[in-house]
Amino acid sequence: MLQYTLKRILLAVPVVIFISVIVFYIIQLPPGDYVSNYAAEMSVAGEVFTQEDMAAMRADLGLDRPVFEQYLIWVRDIVVHGDFGFSFNYNKPVMAVIQQYMGLTLTVSLVTMAFQYLVAIPVGIYCAVKQYSAGDYFFSGLSFLGMATPHFLLAVILMFLSYTWFGDPLLGLFSAEYVNAAWSMDKAMDLAKHMVIPVIVIGLSGTADLIRVMRGQMLDELNKPNVVTARAKGLSERKILLKYPTRAALNPIVSTFGWSLTSIFTGSTITAIVLNLPIQGPVMFNALLGQDMYLAGTWLLFMALLTVLGTLISDILLAWLDPKIRTEFRGT
Amino acid sequence: MKPMTVFGRQKPANLEPEGRKDVNYSSQWRLMVLRFKKHKLARISLAVLALLYVCALLAQFLAPYSLESYDSKYVNAPPMKLRFVDADGKFHIRPFVYELQSTRDPDTMRKIFASNPEKRYALKFFVKGERYKFLGVIPTSTHLIGVEQPGRIFLLGTDALGRDMFSRILLGSQVSLSIPLVGVGISFILGLIIGGVSGYFGGWMDSVIQRIIEIIRSFPTLPLWMALSAAIPPRIPVVRMYFYIVIIFAFIEWTGLARVVRGKFISLKNEDYVVAAKIAGVGDAKIIAKHLLPGLISYLVVATTLAIPGMILAETAMSFLGLGIRAPATSWGVLLQEAQQIENIALYPWKIIPLATVIITVLTFNFLGDGLRDAADPYKR
Repeated sequence: MLQYTLKRILLAVPVVIFISVIVFYIIQLPPGDYVSNYAAEMSVAGEVFTQEDMAAMRADLGLDRPVFEQYLIWVRDIVVHGDFGFSFNYNKPVMAVIQQYMGLTLTVSLVTMAFQYLVAIPVGIYCAVKQYSAGDYFFSGLSFLGMATPHFLLAVILMFLSYTWFGDPLLGLFSAEYVNAAWSMDKAMDLAKHMVIPVIVIGLSGTADLIRVMRGQMLDELNKPNVVTARAKGLSERKILLKYPTRAALNPIVSTFGWSLTSIFTGSTITAIVLNLPIQGPVMFNALLGQDMYLAGTWLLFMALLTVLGTLISDILLAWLDPKIRTEFRGT
Repeated sequence: MKPMTVFGRQKPANLEPEGRKDVNYSSQWRLMVLRFKKHKLARISLAVLALLYVCALLAQFLAPYSLESYDSKYVNAPPMKLRFVDADGKFHIRPFVYELQSTRDPDTMRKIFASNPEKRYALKFFVKGERYKFLGVIPTSTHLIGVEQPGRIFLLGTDALGRDMFSRILLGSQVSLSIPLVGVGISFILGLIIGGVSGYFGGWMDSVIQRIIEIIRSFPTLPLWMALSAAIPPRIPVVRMYFYIVIIFAFIEWTGLARVVRGKFISLKNEDYVVAAKIAGVGDAKIIAKHLLPGLISYLVVATTLAIPGMILAETAMSFLGLGIRAPATSWGVLLQEAQQIENIALYPWKIIPLATVIITVLTFNFLGDGLRDAADPYKR
């Protein structure tokens, strides 16, 4: 087991290196660079920005060097100093920008994740136990619809409903009076109120998926001999359900735990843009468009690392649950 | 045939498949078709999709107005009702619409529209309108429906520039429905070739290809899509833009298909009949074409179909953010951009209509994929 884990981690290292190269290449792709964008903005504001100014600014920011040199400097700083570069837009180190948004991002993501599991597992069990009932059709239909609707539009529709019913579209994560206020009970309540729509919207597709997986797993488990035996022995239905099939059906869901958080992290981006949430998605999106390359690059790198990490965790969890995978791996 | 009663029990109706006694002699494909036909939802979905694609193909003809057409007199006009009975209670065989009259709301100064029962415009078929090329070749100016000048017909209302939503949804479907198809087509070919090489020949080639796939797959799709779309230069011709978007989608999507192909190749190449062919001295190309491909093509079709809904949603999302197709071309995602502002939905709810077409398309592709998956293995009970 230890050998498998080590081997798996070692395999991830070259992948990570390649990813960092590709990330750096991708953030160079958009036409122009930060300086030309900045100059365009300045000229709109009525300021004169000469070629010499631009050249000086490029030299200042290190953008005049060849791309591979910029890349090597970036990687060296990350490895040696833990410094991910400088955000031109925010005029702050990238890490400081990310830290600023990390708290709320994690809050939203974790609450969404909890929402997914808390809704999907009971509903999945219900749908399997009452297969082909009205409730099963209702939830199955709902989960199909949940997978087919683009999230960002669902966000707009929910905002509209909240506006017509409560007179407040619940944009953002805080009401205006709490944005800069110190943390208090009221502010927390305000945050909880504003989280309802984002959590539903971001969690919807994951929930829909989980319901289907859970239902399928439960249906496989419900007719196994151990369940029949337990029933024959006269155990109460409730106890049978929780003791045997549910525990077995949860296995594959637990092993995809690692991926779940990553997909919430990335999946929330567009929703966050539409809902104007102060979390990392919109910040990074603007960085990408505005050629704030180190911020955008760090974000892409971070997302990719999360995916690698998620896969790693899932693989290790799976190998731990299923010895067959371990031996197969040794074979290749 | 009514179910027989055997010893007081009902004999299961499906014991002898009636009317297809030849089931034992049917080919694999015949069995698949039979099984697919039994999946009702998939059949309906196939019909709906066929209809959608035919509409997209004939969009210029079906739509009363063209992409460039706009009328600043009718900005944000609501959908018009097709009526048969006029204000006097008289019935007309030919449906008609009332003229729209705009007034200003005295409080908000917002333009509001009311229909004017004095002026009727009968719905005409095969009317002359703006010129276009039928199916992209035959120049003509005949549109399926329309009303006489100076009348206007807006079946689904208009947008903020006074453009007919109905026409734009039809014309937008050409982009929204074809991008996933072309994208998936390219990734199908890429996946087949690369996955096939990886699975059939194995060895170092397999290792290298697998690492590459692993790297591409470890990028979260959405940010990667965003980054690549942001890299498309803003003012380029529509055709080039379309081409770029398709390439981006295909580039990300092929890895999944390549994995399916590789897995299938590995499991098939050790089958007895393949080994026998190899020993008999059949060349690699012939083995692949004759013995391996037929065995996996059905799975590949299923995987491809199930990859389409994701692409449709992605295209919609990218266009919605302004990273996808841009004006003057349109797609459902572009049309939904106006629905981004909550005021628009509150005041002009018809702007959300393209959402319905997106949902219908994604759902039908999902159901079709489910049906195909069941049919792909006709021996499965």
